[in-house]
Amino acid sequence: MAEIWNGFIRAIELIISLDPEVMEIAGRSLMISVTSALLAWAICMPLASLIHFNRFLGKRALINLIQTFYSVPTVVIGLFVFVLFSRAGPLGGFNIMFTPAVMVVGQTLLITPVLLGLTISALSGVDKSIVDTARSLGASGLQAAFVVVKESRFAVVAAVVMGFGRAISEVGVALMVGGNIKGFTRVITTAISLETSKGDLELSIALGIILIIIALAINLALNRIQQRS
Amino acid sequence: MALIETVNLCQRYGGQYVLKDVNLKVDRGEVFGLIGPTGAGKTTLLRLIDLIDTPSSGKIYFDGVDTAASGKLRFELRRRMAFVLQKPVVFNASVYDNVACGLRWRRVGKRATRQKVEDMLEMVGLSAYKDRNARSLSGGEAQRVAIARAMVVEPEVLLLDEPTANLDPVSAATVEELIARIIERRAVTVVMTTHDMSQGQRLADRIGVLMDGSVLQTGAPREVFSFPRSRRVAEFVGVENIIDGVIVSNEDGLVSVDAGGKTIQAVSALAAGERVCACVRPEDVILAVSPPSSSARNMFAGEITRLVSAGSIARVEMDCGFPLSVLVTKRSVDELGLEKGKRVYASFKATAVHIITKGKAD
Ligand SMILES: Nc1ncnc2c1ncn2[C@@H]1O[C@H](COP(=O)(O)OP(=O)(O)O)[C@@H](O)[C@H]1O
Ligand SMILES: [Mg+2]
Repeated sequence: MAEIWNGFIRAIELIISLDPEVMEIAGRSLMISVTSALLAWAICMPLASLIHFNRFLGKRALINLIQTFYSVPTVVIGLFVFVLFSRAGPLGGFNIMFTPAVMVVGQTLLITPVLLGLTISALSGVDKSIVDTARSLGASGLQAAFVVVKESRFAVVAAVVMGFGRAISEVGVALMVGGNIKGFTRVITTAISLETSKGDLELSIALGIILIIIALAINLALNRIQQRS
Repeated sequence: MALIETVNLCQRYGGQYVLKDVNLKVDRGEVFGLIGPTGAGKTTLLRLIDLIDTPSSGKIYFDGVDTAASGKLRFELRRRMAFVLQKPVVFNASVYDNVACGLRWRRVGKRATRQKVEDMLEMVGLSAYKDRNARSLSGGEAQRVAIARAMVVEPEVLLLDEPTANLDPVSAATVEELIARIIERRAVTVVMTTHDMSQGQRLADRIGVLMDGSVLQTGAPREVFSFPRSRRVAEFVGVENIIDGVIVSNEDGLVSVDAGGKTIQAVSALAAGERVCACVRPEDVILAVSPPSSSARNMFAGEITRLVSAGSIARVEMDCGFPLSVLVTKRSVDELGLEKGKRVYASFKATAVHIITKGKAD
């Protein structure tokens, strides 16, 4: 009990003193997950628009398919990316295994289905009369579509924030393709899952607290965004 | 040549006709009011005219051009019109950006845009709200933004769908006054719908009565109001006394209508045997407490069944073999001592009766 308590006190000290190792790991976590979230947004926004604004056979089925990928296990994505980028894999030539780059690829892949699904529902959530209004005021089809995208912006930002939340809190992909290499690919979740067993309790607790703070900040942000839309 | 013309325009939804053979002509510079009850198809018709929807069958000509030719043509023609939808929708952006959008889509330069938007905001009285998010406005203010946003592109045709329907009375009056000012400038052709007959009368040069997807009558507001051509139109435009009967004789244009035992005299060209409705406006009836010696052709005695006062005017409902509504001043009520159950004499001229035919009696 005393050991946990001491670990907790020292963890607080680590955070307050802006311990270089803690800050470096937290910073890398943020960097990788923010990049993943933005990359996923860059993929999902046009893709979702394409799906939403076009009528085609199997649209409903496609959206259902996307939704089934919402809860794909992180280790499955990890395995998939591992096979893809390992030396013998089809994309092995990129030689990015166990680098932050491949972690970004993995996390982007992980959150793309959720982000795509949520972006599509953000677009469909825009009142149909918005399109009519735009068209009646002389907007072309493309201009009207832009209006809808603009109207959906708060819901889309909320989706991106949620995607970021999922990315920063997952451990499967980061561990399998990142490898928890100290000073290079070690992020909050991989550090906690591996350093705890090695006895570095204070580092784990400090990182855990930071992760909780980030989660709180995400929730706060989501609430604010929801109020605006 | 009419600016807008529809020919046998039909719109079906799921096999149901929402519009059936609508033939309308609207001239350039005219204010055309489309009146009709909720569900009549007014919105559907405006959407077709604005070329947002395509009709199931029939034609729409804009400035003599068949609008069905191509999507590109429809887009170009749509840009010559502006449509204020029934439910005012503003974009989640500033009032300024809302009003500017039509100009931006038409690639109008920044300076010209600024000038036009500011002028328009001035006109609708929302200059002070320019930077506010339009979503934070009240219903009436949002409707004014919607009108400004439509007018700023200087459309040839302004389509207004029940512009005051969802507003409180004060906002409705402000918006109506704004529309009246736009109309006064005479630079734009207006097609507006309303389910408010009196609004149609106040604003429109000509009105069309749309019911169950068909245009039953068009004409000057006064004409439609005074001489409805069918019982349904008469009911909708607010004719209160519609008495069913059969013409029993016609002597040089003076007809006698048998209304359940009572005879009403009226002016009409219809022949004996014709089933008709006799319309009498409540304000054209004179009430007296003793048999009047006036020259009015129609005089009926009866008992007052109801008396409702509204300000300086009172409505007297009486039973004289058929129900009859009469409008009198509050002062007459006091002077004549009118009250429920009192026996009174109603008289009206033969020329005050408007006869609507319902076809031959069997
Ligand atoms: N897109 C649609 N699909 C099916 N029915 C519709 C559609 N639009 C309108 N209707 C029906 O058409 C009728 C006329 O509607 P509308 O034109 O909105 O009437 P109004 O504007 O006169 O109240 C209504 O019964 C309505 O339910
Ligand atoms: Mg309507």
